Amino acid sequence: MLENFSFRTIVEYLPLFGQGLVTTVWLSALSFAGALAVGIVLAAMNLQRGWLFRVPAKAYIDAVRATPLLAQLYFLYFGLPRLGFVLPELVVGILALSLNSGAYIAEIIRAGILSIPRGQVEAGVASGMTYIQRMRLVILPQAFKVTIPPLLGQAIVLVKDSALLSLISVSELTRAGQLLASDRFMPAEGFITIAAFYLLLYYGLKGLAALSGRWLGLQPARSST
Amino acid sequence: MIWQQLQSLAGSYPLALRGLGMTVVLSLISLVLGTLLGFGLGILRTGGNRLISVAIGAWVDLIRGTPFLVQIFLIFFILPEFCIELDAFTAGIIALTNLAACFICEIVAAGIRSVPTGQVEAALASGLSRWQRMRQVVLPQAMRIVLPPLVGQYVLLIKDSSVVSAIGLTDLTRVGWLVVQRVPNGLLVFFLVGVGYFIVCYPLIMLARRLERRMGAAHGEVQL
Repeated sequence: MLENFSFRTIVEYLPLFGQGLVTTVWLSALSFAGALAVGIVLAAMNLQRGWLFRVPAKAYIDAVRATPLLAQLYFLYFGLPRLGFVLPELVVGILALSLNSGAYIAEIIRAGILSIPRGQVEAGVASGMTYIQRMRLVILPQAFKVTIPPLLGQAIVLVKDSALLSLISVSELTRAGQLLASDRFMPAEGFITIAAFYLLLYYGLKGLAALSGRWLGLQPARSST
Repeated sequence: MIWQQLQSLAGSYPLALRGLGMTVVLSLISLVLGTLLGFGLGILRTGGNRLISVAIGAWVDLIRGTPFLVQIFLIFFILPEFCIELDAFTAGIIALTNLAACFICEIVAAGIRSVPTGQVEAALASGLSRWQRMRQVVLPQAMRIVLPPLVGQYVLLIKDSSVVSAIGLTDLTRVGWLVVQRVPNGLLVFFLVGVGYFIVCYPLIMLARRLERRMGAAHGEVQL
């Protein structure tokens, strides 16, 4: 049993956990921003009528969705130096998370845009709006609203996925738990503590998703995270 | 140079097959166990007993709120402290089954909630027992909502099984990691690993999409 559970050690290692938590938060935020950029580009390509942009975008999205993030992470980690890009582990990790989440975000954005009734577009055309005006003034403001809850769901997934970066020795939250487990042979203290920190982030984002749903006047979202 | 690497890679194909086999076996066992457990939990979650429902909801949140890697570490390193000796394979199965069960529980619960109450009342009025109501009235209608995300969940499960390589199980990802130490061409090695996963996952993704379209259409037809 866990009769030797040492809160003292946890307190002693608290600065390390704090650093890990901060790293996890900012690298997730950065990756999410990157994923948004990737997702917007992919969604725009995927919505084109011509195959020239649509096919590569679809192929990329399918390839990412059908393979595990860990394999993608190793692909970049072991593959990039081969191409002459010797990057720090942290950069490789952020790159992998952005490229992975971007594929999922592309689908969220596409679904959001396609959820706008056709009549809206036609009304825009009838009012003499250009393509850009229709997008900017009619479609995107409405699509934006429906994509917020699933985007926050993806943010939750991304924060959890960032734990995998510990396997290429990025010193984020999970890595802090591993250090405690290996330095002091206290896996229980290490991993239970980081689990608690992750739950904190999870409930924070989940609450935000519920709030945003209410602000935007949507039904309480049952996001499938 | 590249020729040598290809030869060396060809030499390690028995290892690759073993890795793919491990990935498939792990996923399959936890898929079956997780589905059974998930359906049970989902039915209990909507079963009317508030205490049980809240307890299951809390456990599901706990699992959904923590990274799978952390869950594996917790199971692999901490269960032994409760005098339960585990090898990596059993730990992997437990972790994956638990993960699948929690996600499937929520999918099933959502499906059951989507069945109109009138249906349950009609079944009650016809004198069907609790079990009969569930099996003959509620579940068949819930399946329409449940099936597409269920298949999607299987894809996630297969992908998540790659994380068990972190506790030393020789699955497909681990094989890639082992091979890349000998053949220093990460792009090629992990491209091939990716192909392995793609072959397993892509048909399931297509199936999920098809089901979604068909179930959606069927739902429109039988609108009550």
